[in-house]
Amino acid sequence: MKNTREKIFEAILPSMRDKGIKFKLWNAFLIAIILWGLYALWIQVTVGHIVTGMRDHIVWGIYIVNFIFFIGLGYAGSVIAALLYFGNIKWRTPIVRVATVMMVISTIIGPIYIFMEIGRLDRIHHLFIYARLQSPIMWDVIAVITYLIGCIIFFYLRVIRDFSFLSNKEIFSGFRQKLYRWLSIGYCEKPEQNRLLKQSNDILGVLIVPIAILVSSILSWIFGMTLRPGWHSSIFGPYFVLAAIYSGIGVVVVLLYIYRSIYKLEAYITDTHFKYLGYAIIAFGAGYGYFTFSEYFTDWYTSKEWNARLIEKLFDPQQYGWATFFTTVGGILIPMIVIGIPQLRTTKSTVVVSLIMVIAMWVKRYLIIIPTLENTLVPMQDLDPVVSKYSATWVEWALVSASFAAFALVFTWIMRFVGIIPIYTSSELEEGARIYSNVQTSSS
Amino acid sequence: MEKERRNFIKKGAAIGATGAAGLMTWMAAEDVNETGEKVKLLSTNGEIIEVDKAYLKMASVENAEQMRRDLIGREPVPGRKFIMVVDLGRCRNAKKCIIACQKMHYLAEDKEWLKVKLLKDSDAGAPYWFPKLCMHCDNPPCVKVCPVAATFKREDGLVLIDNDKCIGCKFCMVACPYSTRVFNWEDPENPDMEGAEFPSTETSLPHYHNTVEKCDFCPDMVRMGKLPDCVTVCPNGVFYFGDENEDAVTNGDETVRLSALLKDRAGYRYMEELGTKPRVYYLPPVNRMFPVERGYRDLSEEEINVMKDQMK
Ligand code: SF4
Repeated sequence: MKNTREKIFEAILPSMRDKGIKFKLWNAFLIAIILWGLYALWIQVTVGHIVTGMRDHIVWGIYIVNFIFFIGLGYAGSVIAALLYFGNIKWRTPIVRVATVMMVISTIIGPIYIFMEIGRLDRIHHLFIYARLQSPIMWDVIAVITYLIGCIIFFYLRVIRDFSFLSNKEIFSGFRQKLYRWLSIGYCEKPEQNRLLKQSNDILGVLIVPIAILVSSILSWIFGMTLRPGWHSSIFGPYFVLAAIYSGIGVVVVLLYIYRSIYKLEAYITDTHFKYLGYAIIAFGAGYGYFTFSEYFTDWYTSKEWNARLIEKLFDPQQYGWATFFTTVGGILIPMIVIGIPQLRTTKSTVVVSLIMVIAMWVKRYLIIIPTLENTLVPMQDLDPVVSKYSATWVEWALVSASFAAFALVFTWIMRFVGIIPIYTSSELEEGARIYSNVQTSSS
Repeated sequence: MEKERRNFIKKGAAIGATGAAGLMTWMAAEDVNETGEKVKLLSTNGEIIEVDKAYLKMASVENAEQMRRDLIGREPVPGRKFIMVVDLGRCRNAKKCIIACQKMHYLAEDKEWLKVKLLKDSDAGAPYWFPKLCMHCDNPPCVKVCPVAATFKREDGLVLIDNDKCIGCKFCMVACPYSTRVFNWEDPENPDMEGAEFPSTETSLPHYHNTVEKCDFCPDMVRMGKLPDCVTVCPNGVFYFGDENEDAVTNGDETVRLSALLKDRAGYRYMEELGTKPRVYYLPPVNRMFPVERGYRDLSEEEINVMKDQMK
């Protein structure tokens, strides 16, 4: 087993010590985007929300879209990890690592975007000193904070053992070794430690799934609790849960593939991984597609005036018709068809459809928020198109781009620090052992 | 002991009092040497009290606002239950109410708390002008969702906003089905607030950048027993304002019994099925005083087209 660990370590070492020019350029690129976003934020704070595309009717824009998107990824991470863990799935390890890191970063980035939407950031403390529990926003504040703490512990418990392993590696600088040692809080493979660790992993694994589902539903209730067609719907809770997990799997697929191709980790991130993740996409895509269908179908069939106007907006090619087409066909049907038909399913095609699906899921959140706000009960009758039709300004796009850049940057550095393949767990799992023996034979 | 107690009472009175010098507070932990010079103050229960000058300290302005608000801003006008009735048969989109409202509340020209829409209820139905104010719902969806209790419902029926507290999350705007609320997207202009008599919750002043505002039924006016400006200024007497407890409403020209008016003229509330229980009633657009076209007079071709397009 010791041997296997060293082997894995060797394989992922390049990704943990990357000093190449490409790596530097990548970082510079991301930092540039983040700075652009910060500049946009500065403008928004100093000049006011007038610099955004939001106006009196469409009061929430792509910040909220981004908020839902990232929070969704955050919730998905823990659910994916916990399901694999309790299913005792042998091939899970790299997926769990990517999913948990994604979870932590997204759960931090997501809520930042609700603050972008808030006019008076200087009064943000009012949320605590005047907190009013009846408001769904307060539910969300509590839920997100709880979840964030939970998922950081959840993630941390899964890397303690790797930290202790890494702390002995001379190849790292003294400071880095010390940091690893400090983070490993004295773990040294004692049976008692292992027992405690397993217990806490089990408990947290059991807790985190219901928390994630609850928190995801609470997020949906920000919308579900209003009197708006397209939001006020009883399926919104489960709908958001499924959408979150669905998009989360897509992101995991894309991230795994990027790491595998850059650092040549084919032996550890195998085609089988993509195949199984593909199956998960089909399963969750089917559920999610079913919800989407029932949501639109019931509204369309009864055609209550206010709801019918929304459906018309969503399906009219002059308005959001093409976007709706993209989210349903590109986001649900194509992934299911491409992955579902064995002749079409390759690792590459899985990755490509996952990427399309992730983009479609972002657009879908846009379709949940903006058309509903544009569909007012009393007609707007405003002459100014800026008021009656939302279109995001560069400030908003800059800030949203910054969120993706920040995600990529933090992900890069966390992975550089903890490694993309969990060293300990992988070496423990049987399936792991088999893969690694293959590596041995192929490399000898 | 007795002296201490008396001091305590005095101090308590001083805390809740406003005088010519503004709001005063007493600092709890301080030792005070009485000067012998007395100051007369008006307590919150309306009694004139006397306190030694030494006990008085000017509060910082921020605190003063806070206390004024806590003292009267959220208190209802006693015994009232304000209500409005809008007679749709009389409206010709004269827009005098909008202008008066903007003047009264120091609003920029493009900012309307009160809007007039062109509506048509059914395909073959006739279009009519529809003044839209805040409905001051008895089951207000906006108040439910506010995370900081910045918007609140008073016992006298008014739904008001404390724009010192509002964090600008806009959730209330999303929750309001009537799109009543507006946001200060730009830094708004403010009148000189020197010597303002009413707390900001009642005047909706000063306007704050990045916070939410709306029609407030002019609580400072009605507290003084006057009518909101939109009511008095309307040349056609469209708006009736009054008190449900008294069962009386007036449009400035005539005062009528509320229940009789609603009964005779088949008063209804807009979108009753939403369950928001508005405090604004409408009288159906029958026996019109003007043809609907009269309202097009001051509008551009473009405006008319937009209105007609979205009429429903
Ligand atoms: S915008 Fe202001 S008043 Fe409206 S819900 Fe948010 S904090 Fe409350």
